[in-house]
Amino acid sequence: MQFLQNSLPYILAGISVGGQYALIAIGYTMVYGILRLINFAHGDVFMAAGMFMVFLSASLPLGVAIPLVLIITVALGFIIERVAYKPLRSAPRMSVMISAIGVSYLIQNCALYFTGGLAKVYPQLPWLSDTITIWGAVTKRVTLVTPVLTLVLVIGLSLFIKYTKVGMAMRAVSKDFETARLMGIKVNSVISATFIIGSLLAAIGSLLYFTNYASVTPTSGGMPGLKCFVAAVFGGIGSIPGAVIGAFIIGIAENIIKGLGWTTFSDAFTFALLIVILLVKPTGLFGEKATDKV
Amino acid sequence: MNETILSIRDLQVHYGGIEAVKGISFDVQEGSIVTLIGANGAGKSSTLRSIVGLVRASGGQIIFRGDDITNRDTNVIVKKGITLVPEGRRIFPDLTVLENLRVGAYLRSDDISEDIQWVYDLFPRLKERSWQPGGTLSGGEQQMLAVARALMGRPKVIMMDEPSLGLAPLVVKGIFDIIREINDQGVTVLLIEQNANMALKIADYAYVLETGRIGLSGTGKELLVNEDVKKAYLGS
Repeated sequence: MQFLQNSLPYILAGISVGGQYALIAIGYTMVYGILRLINFAHGDVFMAAGMFMVFLSASLPLGVAIPLVLIITVALGFIIERVAYKPLRSAPRMSVMISAIGVSYLIQNCALYFTGGLAKVYPQLPWLSDTITIWGAVTKRVTLVTPVLTLVLVIGLSLFIKYTKVGMAMRAVSKDFETARLMGIKVNSVISATFIIGSLLAAIGSLLYFTNYASVTPTSGGMPGLKCFVAAVFGGIGSIPGAVIGAFIIGIAENIIKGLGWTTFSDAFTFALLIVILLVKPTGLFGEKATDKV
Repeated sequence: MNETILSIRDLQVHYGGIEAVKGISFDVQEGSIVTLIGANGAGKSSTLRSIVGLVRASGGQIIFRGDDITNRDTNVIVKKGITLVPEGRRIFPDLTVLENLRVGAYLRSDDISEDIQWVYDLFPRLKERSWQPGGTLSGGEQQMLAVARALMGRPKVIMMDEPSLGLAPLVVKGIFDIIREINDQGVTVLLIEQNANMALKIADYAYVLETGRIGLSGTGKELLVNEDVKKAYLGS
């Protein structure tokens, strides 16, 4: 009982962080599924959503600021794809990846410019930030909300991909651009839709994630971004359930390590995991077995 | 014969500096089966791909029912009623047979249940395999699925790129029977084939492509007995 009392807060935190990672990891895995591109700017889109929230909530009521943050983040994701990736559609994959790295630094440096390099205090979200007690463990309400919201969004997304016309088009485009075009599918619109969904989930993830932290800095997106990328690789990049499960495993494992008193090593664990996965099972838990199409 | 539905005027296609199609012209009559035969690299596939907008035409004109559709977006051309069954079938392996058919009707917003029934009548084998992923079908079944998928868009002109490639002779015969049946139901067919014998037997009119230019043309029967064609393409 004593053990449970001590470890429960860490497990709860792990599930919560895992849910937040999952929302970001889906963006990596969906974009990879369609474009075979690792969108290095995704973590920075997540950070930018945090910044938008800081600046918008300073002058607007939260009821207006939150929807605006979601809309602006989605617009950012859409514009990045149109400006930095679409013109390189027929270029070698390496060029697109380097463009993504460029976008990542561009966003970070824009954030640096607007914040002057100072950490910006993230607003307290009422209700979400409230303290609650579960079985003697004290935590914020967001810890409970996150996994539930994540599961609802993931199930919704899966149904969308399985049963709607756009979802079917996404599955078709992810396999074969040219034949998808022959079906009359506008490949560019489908790719845009993918970026819109990924950015929306990253924006929701950022609302939940930063509620647990005091502030946002221009580099806040770096570490969560990388970890979510690892989660996506762990689960098998391209697979949505894989990314979600990978994210939860990483979130929980990190916090258990923290609970054991090895906080310093929690980040190292994630990246050690990446190396082990790449060595032992490069396709991840649910990765496609088939090799790349020629 | 009916009027011209598709008219190609002086079409040119370049890949980088290489000229794959060097100014060809031909007409497709509504309700007919027209075939382009020729060796590898003669420009057959490039011609079809430029008609449907997958590659840019660098010169010339493509006229479909009086509209200039040269270099329009593929989705516009497909919507107008031209479709291509690509070389190598290219069905979506992860989608079920039924989903493959639904994707074929992607541009339509009306009820497609009748059309699904129609293609299942044409290809009873697909109905049995309705819930199987496309990738689990045999080569012949995949070719049937590719044709069925193209028909789901209710095309006026269906273009087929080497539908017999890699299939057993008996299966090829089945595919050609289907082509004739589709044509009987009013769909114009533009077919390219290396299997010149089969293609010429079925064609109302045929063109022989040689390194990007049209050499001979004539009705299928005329070319079947033409000495040059016999020597070069029929192996006799």
